[in-house]
Amino acid sequence: MVNQYETVFIMTPVLSDQQIKETVKKYQKILSDNNAEIVFEHNWGMRKLAYPIQKKTTGFYYLIEFKAEGSVIAKLETYYKRDETLLRFLTVALDKHAIAYNEKKRANGLKGQQAKKEQKPEVNNVESKNEEE
Amino acid sequence: MANESEIKYLTPVAVNTERKKYCRFKKSGIKYIDYKDADFLLKFVNEQGKILPRRLTGTSNKYQKKVAQAVKRARHLALMPYVADLLK
Repeated sequence: MVNQYETVFIMTPVLSDQQIKETVKKYQKILSDNNAEIVFEHNWGMRKLAYPIQKKTTGFYYLIEFKAEGSVIAKLETYYKRDETLLRFLTVALDKHAIAYNEKKRANGLKGQQAKKEQKPEVNNVESKNEEE
Repeated sequence: MANESEIKYLTPVAVNTERKKYCRFKKSGIKYIDYKDADFLLKFVNEQGKILPRRLTGTSNKYQKKVAQAVKRARHLALMPYVADLLK
């Protein structure tokens, strides 16, 4: 069964911009290799952590929303666990309210930031492309 | 004169009119509580970062469970502290 998921991971602040891009690309590739469809991506950038993790006080946050089979999650998380550049990760399944909330937030956020982007990503549309980035 | 003072005594002035608590999620129709919105979740924890009980916030059972889940997720991602002092 195809579900919609949302995953957030925190990379260590010691990485260079290039390394961050590579890490992100790596996970995008893992997802696309497993027939997952990326719905939305968001780079939160450098953020202060509420408490130190591995003696780091900041981290790069990155969020990916995707549609995939449930079995993909285990594979993805295995990669996460093996990756030493990640401080934390979290993957959650989104229910219908969460999807609606995210769509709404995205529509509002994009309007605020960039007017030229698609205003309203279609709700419940399976073949929506990468609207961001 | 004595009569008047007695009447006053028998009908005490309502000092603290208790306001009825309500569930803010039910009232405003919020269906999903976002764990990424740490500022909002801050309303449901005390200064030490502990989750406030339903008895204080008035949240319904259904949404209290969701609030708790969201706070715990936010903590895991270091968006909120597990333990804090003078959070507010």
